[in-house]
Amino acid sequence: MRYLDDSVLFSLRLSLQVAAVSTVLVAVSGIGIAYVLARKDFRGRGLLDMMVTLPLVLPPTVTGYYLVMLFGRNGLIGRYLYELTGWSIMFTWYAAVLASYVVALPLMIKTARAAMESVDPNLVNASYSLGHSEAETFFRVVLPLSRRGIIAGTVLSFARALGEFGATLMLAGNIPGRTDTMPIAIYTLASSGEWTAANFMVLLLTLVSGFFIYTTNRARAV
Amino acid sequence: MLAASGGSCADAAGRLTVSAAVSLKDAFEEIGRAFESRHAGVSVIFNFAGSGTLSRQIEAGAPVDIFASASARYMDGLEGRGLIVGSTRVDFARNSLVVVVPVSSRLRLDSLSGLLDGGVRRIAVGDPRTVPAGEYTEEALRSLGLWSRLRERLVFAGNARQVLDYVVRAEVDAAVVYATDAGARPGGVRVAARVPAERHRPVLYTAAVVEGTGARRLAEAFIDMLVSEYGRERLRDCGFTPVGWEAP
Repeated sequence: MRYLDDSVLFSLRLSLQVAAVSTVLVAVSGIGIAYVLARKDFRGRGLLDMMVTLPLVLPPTVTGYYLVMLFGRNGLIGRYLYELTGWSIMFTWYAAVLASYVVALPLMIKTARAAMESVDPNLVNASYSLGHSEAETFFRVVLPLSRRGIIAGTVLSFARALGEFGATLMLAGNIPGRTDTMPIAIYTLASSGEWTAANFMVLLLTLVSGFFIYTTNRARAV
Repeated sequence: MLAASGGSCADAAGRLTVSAAVSLKDAFEEIGRAFESRHAGVSVIFNFAGSGTLSRQIEAGAPVDIFASASARYMDGLEGRGLIVGSTRVDFARNSLVVVVPVSSRLRLDSLSGLLDGGVRRIAVGDPRTVPAGEYTEEALRSLGLWSRLRERLVFAGNARQVLDYVVRAEVDAAVVYATDAGARPGGVRVAARVPAERHRPVLYTAAVVEGTGARRLAEAFIDMLVSEYGRERLRDCGFTPVGWEAP
C-alpha cells in the first residue's frame, strides 16, 4: 500500500465529496427543471431546454470558460460577490462542485424528463379529479412512477461528476491538497512522468466507478 | 522548374514542428515567420506548453523536430535516453523572475517576503512538477525560507503563461512569472519586485534537434537562426538575454 499515501487518499475523498454534493444539487434542481419542461408550456421553454442541454454537447473547457466569465473574480456575478464578501469561488472546492453540477445537470434532466413524459396522463388526470393538488400529484404519482429514470439520471450524474476534468481545472485550478480531484491529480502525475503513481490512481478510479455502476445495476435488478 | 528548385535543396519544402516552452511564444513566433520567409515552401508549426509536458510528449513519441526547453533538466532527461541529437544542443537565452500583481491592485511589495502580507491571499506559480518557472520559483522561495510559510496561498498553473493569465484576470493577488512574460502583457500586470537571481539556478533556455526527425537539416537551420545575430536581436527585443550577449 505504498501508493495509498495522503495525497492519493485526499484526491479520492475530494472527488467523492465533490461528486456527492453536486449530485444532490443536480438531483433536486434537475427533477424540478425536468418536471417544468415535461409538464409546463411557457414562453422561453425552448430556450431553457437549450441552455440546460448545452453543457452536454459543449466541450467542458467551453463550459468552464463561461463559468469563469460568470463567477471569476472579475466575472459578471463573481465581481459583485467579491466586492460584497471579499470571497471568490475560484480555486476552492466549491468551484469543483459548481463545475461538476453544470456538466452533470443535463444528464439528470434528460433522463428524468423522459421518465416523467412516459407517465400515463390518465393517472395524473385521475389524481387531479380526485382533488389532489399539483404538489400532491407530483410527489404521489409522477415521482414514484418515474423513479427508475430518476435513479438512472442520478447514477449517470454522479459518474459524470466523479470524472469531471476540463471545467473543473479551469475553475478550481490544480492545488495539491485542496482542489486536486482524482482526474486532475492523474493528469499532473502523467504530465510529470510519475507513471507508477498514475497507474495506481487510474486503477483506483476505475475500481471506484465500476463499484458504483455494479451496485446500482444490482439495486435496479432487485 | 519546380522540380529543379526542389532538387537543389533536398528537404527545403515541408513542415518543421517546434515544441517550445510557452514563455518563448512571442519571440519564437516572430523568428518562425522570418524562417518561413527565408525558406520558401516551409511552414513552421509551434507546440507551446510547459517544458515538462513537452518532454513527456517527446518521450511518448510525438512527431517533433525541435525541442526548446526553459530548463536544462528536461533536456538532460531526453538526452540521457537518446531522444535528442546531443551535438545539436545549444543554450541560447537567459531569463529572470519577477513578482507581478494585477494593475488594479493597491498592494505594495518590495521583495519576495512582501508576499507574506495579509492582503496576499492567493499567489500563482508554475507547478514545480512540470513548469520550469515554478521550479525556479520554488528554489528561490525555499532559499529565503518562504516556501512553507506561503504554501497555503499557492495556486499551481500548468504553464508559465497561465500563471500570467491568472494575474491579468485578477483571480490571484500576486504571481511569480518570467520578466519576459510580464513584459508581454504590459497593460495587464504590474511588476512589483524582482526575484534575486542568486536565489535560484540560472534560467537557461536550451534547444536541440529531436532524434529521428525527418527534417534534420531544416531543424539545424532553425537552431542556427536562434543563435544568429537576427535571432539574438529578436530574443533581446522580447526581453531575454541571449547567450553570449551578457559579456560585451
